[in-house]
Amino acid sequence: MVENRPWLTFFTHLVLIIGVVIVVFPVYLAFIASTHSGGDFLRGLVPLLPGPNAVENYSKMLFEGISTAGAPPLWIMLANSTLIAIIIAIGKIIISLLSAYAIVFFKFPFRLLAFWIIFITLMLPVEVRIIPTFAVVANLGLLNSYLGLTLPLIASATATFLFRQFFLTVPDELMEAARVDGAGPMKFFRDILLPLSRTNIAALFVILFIYGWVQYLWPLLVTTDSRYYTVVMGIKRLAATADAEPQWHLVMAAVVLAMLPPVLVVIFMQRLFVKGLVETEK
Amino acid sequence: MQTKRTIFPNKLLPYFLLLPQLAVTLIFFIWPALQAVKSSFEREDPFGFRTTFIWFENYTRLFADPNYVNSLSRTAVFAVSVTILSMCVSLLLAVAVNRVLRTNRVYTTLLVWPYAVAPVVVGILWWFIFNPTIGILPYMMRGLGIAWNPRVNGDQAMILVIIAASWKQISYNFLFFVAGLQSVPQSLTEAAAIDGAGPFKRFFTIVLPLLSPTTFFLLIVNINYAMFDTFGIIDATTSGGPNQATNTLVYKVYADGFLGLNIGSSAAQSVILMLIVIALTAIQFRFIERRVQY
Repeated sequence: MVENRPWLTFFTHLVLIIGVVIVVFPVYLAFIASTHSGGDFLRGLVPLLPGPNAVENYSKMLFEGISTAGAPPLWIMLANSTLIAIIIAIGKIIISLLSAYAIVFFKFPFRLLAFWIIFITLMLPVEVRIIPTFAVVANLGLLNSYLGLTLPLIASATATFLFRQFFLTVPDELMEAARVDGAGPMKFFRDILLPLSRTNIAALFVILFIYGWVQYLWPLLVTTDSRYYTVVMGIKRLAATADAEPQWHLVMAAVVLAMLPPVLVVIFMQRLFVKGLVETEK
Repeated sequence: MQTKRTIFPNKLLPYFLLLPQLAVTLIFFIWPALQAVKSSFEREDPFGFRTTFIWFENYTRLFADPNYVNSLSRTAVFAVSVTILSMCVSLLLAVAVNRVLRTNRVYTTLLVWPYAVAPVVVGILWWFIFNPTIGILPYMMRGLGIAWNPRVNGDQAMILVIIAASWKQISYNFLFFVAGLQSVPQSLTEAAAIDGAGPFKRFFTIVLPLLSPTTFFLLIVNINYAMFDTFGIIDATTSGGPNQATNTLVYKVYADGFLGLNIGSSAAQSVILMLIVIALTAIQFRFIERRVQY
């Protein structure tokens, strides 16, 4: 647009800057709080400039944790979160690739039934069937285990849906050519379909990693053993005691550490992240 | 249902390919969902020895329970407010980003990252800001003569969770609005500009109608988000209180089932929630199918 409206441009930047301030402010405050000592909160107001205790607070949280809250050192919880997020992302991608491949490239009895059994899960977030799912996991003896933490979250069909949509856009000629050259179904899958889906897989990995990282209710129910705590659920336990004694500086250090990995993933993988997001929702 | 023109003739292979997903889905989704439906028609005695089939009694009791009706209306207020607030703010930001061509990457990066923050962490952040003893906003409001205490004032607690939930959802809506705005053909707005339509007129007569598919899609997604994904926010801030003021449907399922151990009622609530999600998803699917044809 060749129009020149300096006032409107000024106003546009103003809106954006206010927007950025609103978005950044809570995190700025958390960071500032995490650099002070506990006593600084007793006066009844949060400081607005950094304090001198950053290293002390962060290393205390990372390597010791708050024992009164029954929380293990943060590095254990961070490692758990990372592991779980990666298992969920990879698990989902593998089973979705396979089932989408079966649904798009084969004709077999009960295909439609299988399709609907899988796709109905789009409508059942874990939150609404939480008690019976918990019962199933408990009966299988999977409480306090990585399997119990991940399997129920792996099942949902969003990734299958995405791969199905993508496979449908792969030209038929590609497969005809592969068959003429004598390639079997698994060879076609491995040598042609997988390389074609590389960007989709990467984009999805970013989304699913975050999805796994931010899970809260499920880990809260399934883990009672602090060795399996994830950072997001562990933080809640810290915050619950923070109101009793002024330990906000430590809680906020934990908050910043819990936020950092997924936020960095979004920032550095922005292109893939946007692609994955816009595609999964279509 | 669509399939390929040429297909592989294997008989058994597709079943093997489907096996992992079907197994996980049946064990962790379909079976628990059926269990929920079953126990919503049952009453379990307090010691878990006996269950009796009681038809729709759990449901009729729910709707006779003022707490549940209250929770329904609270959830509606919450979902509508979060949807409107987060969509309006993000549309404004998206339009602004779309106008500034050179710096839009920088602004976009600064605006999208809250997507990656866990709801429960969002809750803790805003609880900290709004904390009546040390929070910065209550401090400023005291200066203005407003007594702020979401621990005792239900309306203030509601405002707190609405703001926290909207804050998190802005980044998501923003991305979709930006994508939608970029697909509005330049030639249309340019033609309108030549005809003398100013930026605001162009926005309301050309851009906004063309954005309606995106807007509708986001409407459904946001309602869904506000109803189901905000569990962590509520648990970290108000835990449904004070006096049931922020006890949304999802939170109540958890509280009644896990804390109150009222399995039958909680199951009936789950089933009602499932029906709501199915309705929302069905609307979404119809819409998506139409959009594919565009």
